[in-house]
Amino acid sequence: MSDIRGALQRVSRHNLFWPALALVLLVVANVIYRPGFVKIEMLQGHLYGSLVDILRQSAPLIIIALGMTLVIATGGIDLSVGSVVAIGGAVAVSYVSGLDDQNSVGGVLVACLLAAAVGAAFGLWNGILVAGIGIAPIIATLILMVAGRGIAQLITEGQIITINSAPYKLLGAGFWLTLPFALFIAAALILLTALLTRRTALGMFVESVGGNAEASRLAGIRSRRFILLVYVFSGFCAGTAGLLATSDVSAADGNQAGLYWELDAILAVVIGGTSLAGGRFSLGGTVLGAIFIKTLTTTVYSMGINPQQALLFKALVVILVCLIQSPQFRETVAGSWRRRRRRPEPPAAPAEHPKVEVPA
Amino acid sequence: MADAILTMSGISKAFPGVIALQDVNFRLFPGEVHALMGENGAGKSTLIKVLTGVYPIDEGDIVLDGRPVRFASPLQAQQGGVSTVYQEVNLCPNLSVAENVFIGREPRLFGRIQWGAMRRRSRELLAQLDLDIDVSQLLGSYSLAIQQMVAIARAIDISAKVLILDEPTSSLDVNEVARLFEVVRQLKQQGLAIIFVTHFLDQVYEISDRITVLRNGRLVGEYATRDLPQIDLVSAMIGKALDVLERLEEQPKRSLSALEASEPVLAATELGRKGSIEPFQLAIHKGEVVGLAGLLGSGRTELARLLFGADRPDHGSVTVDGQPTAIRTPRAAMAHDIAFCSENRRTEGLVEDLTVRENIILALQAVRGWTKPIPRKRQEELVDKYIKALQIRPDNPELPVRNLSGGNQQKVMLARWLITEPRLLILDEPTRGIDVGAKAEIQRLVVELSDGGMAVLFISAELEEVLRLSHKVAVLRDRRLVDELANDDSLDADRVMQTIASGARA
Repeated sequence: MSDIRGALQRVSRHNLFWPALALVLLVVANVIYRPGFVKIEMLQGHLYGSLVDILRQSAPLIIIALGMTLVIATGGIDLSVGSVVAIGGAVAVSYVSGLDDQNSVGGVLVACLLAAAVGAAFGLWNGILVAGIGIAPIIATLILMVAGRGIAQLITEGQIITINSAPYKLLGAGFWLTLPFALFIAAALILLTALLTRRTALGMFVESVGGNAEASRLAGIRSRRFILLVYVFSGFCAGTAGLLATSDVSAADGNQAGLYWELDAILAVVIGGTSLAGGRFSLGGTVLGAIFIKTLTTTVYSMGINPQQALLFKALVVILVCLIQSPQFRETVAGSWRRRRRRPEPPAAPAEHPKVEVPA
Repeated sequence: MADAILTMSGISKAFPGVIALQDVNFRLFPGEVHALMGENGAGKSTLIKVLTGVYPIDEGDIVLDGRPVRFASPLQAQQGGVSTVYQEVNLCPNLSVAENVFIGREPRLFGRIQWGAMRRRSRELLAQLDLDIDVSQLLGSYSLAIQQMVAIARAIDISAKVLILDEPTSSLDVNEVARLFEVVRQLKQQGLAIIFVTHFLDQVYEISDRITVLRNGRLVGEYATRDLPQIDLVSAMIGKALDVLERLEEQPKRSLSALEASEPVLAATELGRKGSIEPFQLAIHKGEVVGLAGLLGSGRTELARLLFGADRPDHGSVTVDGQPTAIRTPRAAMAHDIAFCSENRRTEGLVEDLTVRENIILALQAVRGWTKPIPRKRQEELVDKYIKALQIRPDNPELPVRNLSGGNQQKVMLARWLITEPRLLILDEPTRGIDVGAKAEIQRLVVELSDGGMAVLFISAELEEVLRLSHKVAVLRDRRLVDELANDDSLDADRVMQTIASGARA
């Protein structure tokens, strides 16, 4: 018995426990509401089902949330990712639309590189504002969040550009080896980020700068360089996500592409257990957080809640998940529950000051 | 003797991997100053934190004023009559003194804060402590000593049963300590029970009535101060007779002239920075320990920061091994094998989120750059070596560094710099706020390192320590280096103090 309890305690202390539990509960709730939720079918060599669909839709969010994780770990924030998604998508789509052969694989590859590079360039702009000039991250990235929509409109000349390109369509909506192709892109970027941060000293430096900037400087870490780097990376991720966002609909819409995605990305990071104050980050948590957010969105729609009220419902669930992750909140709730069960019992403290008893 | 106001019995508390307290008893009587003593990691802080509700208790009972209590938070503890003033003042420097005294319990009339009443009552409170300052000024504009008094004024105004002073004197100079003690005596007269945690033995004997000693989370004993000779107190704390310090004294010092014959590792000429330290000359040679003596605020830390490039000098020049160079950033200093342990472990030293291992390798990794990570195996070898050599406890390199006690955190800082194999090690107050045993270990380490050829700049508020270790002592006063004294037989604490006092060459 005690072995099982010990194992349970170890599992519950793992940093992925709460995001994973939240996701599992959400899936269970869906299954109860709609038993077909977990059903996965093979159709024409592709896997189909709600779960596969959710994963496919999660891919762009996972990608921008990866960049966001590193930015938040340095104690910053990147509000511009949604706009950079629109810019990246606009650049790629307008490039493809100008091709003689829109189905040329080489042309689409160039479009992909362009989107990623343009994203990184805008990330560099953010990085210079934050690390170079010293503007507070929330303000610095707010600039591009607002201006970026205009830039995307400039690129598409105020129109919604549509294309008809099979290779481009594959990126966000196609299948490869029975799975949505977008999942491979997301997986590759997860792997890249993990290698970049955990196989080099980058992750430790990012956590160190976010945890204590002055101590890091005195230990000889060039904080500015790493802060610049994470914004560039975040821009790169957002530009890449722009490909998926536009490929899905084969169109670049400067107004709607990636709208409010920065908020979902920040939520994914927070649900994944990375503190907004900076310091320790968890890429695995972020991925789970992103999938959770998309599952939640799908759940809300499939339950027939209308889109305006859906946002409110989503907000409530997110608040709940964030609260449950807080050890203090759990202890307070568990403590008051335990106290209620133990009654009647003489008060443990002087009567004039009611005490909240903390579980030992 | 009257009844105890506070009785803690059978207190136990465990953290993952560490038993912090085991079956500890503690009694406190009204009108006494009770010193809580023990080495780092002995459980002093934990005992105070379980008393004030920072941590829950695993086992044991607390009886306050005849009633069983168990506080769930420091706020509840305050309301119940137990207030704490911490080593690092935990008030808000960006608010006014009056706001700090009344923060969270402002006098109100129909929901509106009564600023006038607040200021008046703050003045009255501070006047009780013989402190006459402008309470509408920002707290941060006053010295640490005054901030400490404000914290005490706030604490005694909230609750008048038990006052805990956790290392209140470690940032104060001699006069400020004397002033604080006057206040403490006055409060004692009024019947307040005071728990006093400190590492300064002299202060314990000056102010306390009784002493409780903890060691490794267990109670060693409770003594009347006048019945416990200092030497017995020290052996009670460390559990063995301590003769390391005496042996250090007996070691013959290498002669200064022999040390200074070679090219200095680092020489500063007219180096200075406006508003922080006036231009000074200082040369540090291979194998030499240079002590910096001076009162708090005399410019000791500022001088060290210039040498390390933590602040940019705006005057003068530096040579390393005789070659002129510019040290404008910590990285530039590190490129010349200079290391700097800051006096502020928490704000300028450790990254509390990271583990012991990560904190130790941080500087070495920073020198190598992010693309060349130190292989994990090599990291573990290095870290294990220094955990053993410096006896860092607990010896688990994967614990977050914030779980370690102050002395052990200091050793982690030292380890961080020692693995970079510096040629000049700058130690700013390395023994502040740590216990006798760890202090002796660090002093011994300084002697060993300098014997091995390392140059050391040693800063300490304790003159005896500076005199014990240094080959020469640079004396600072009012942000000016006033004299450099060779530490020969003729030099003693009195002469250094005279130099500090007169500000002239002796």
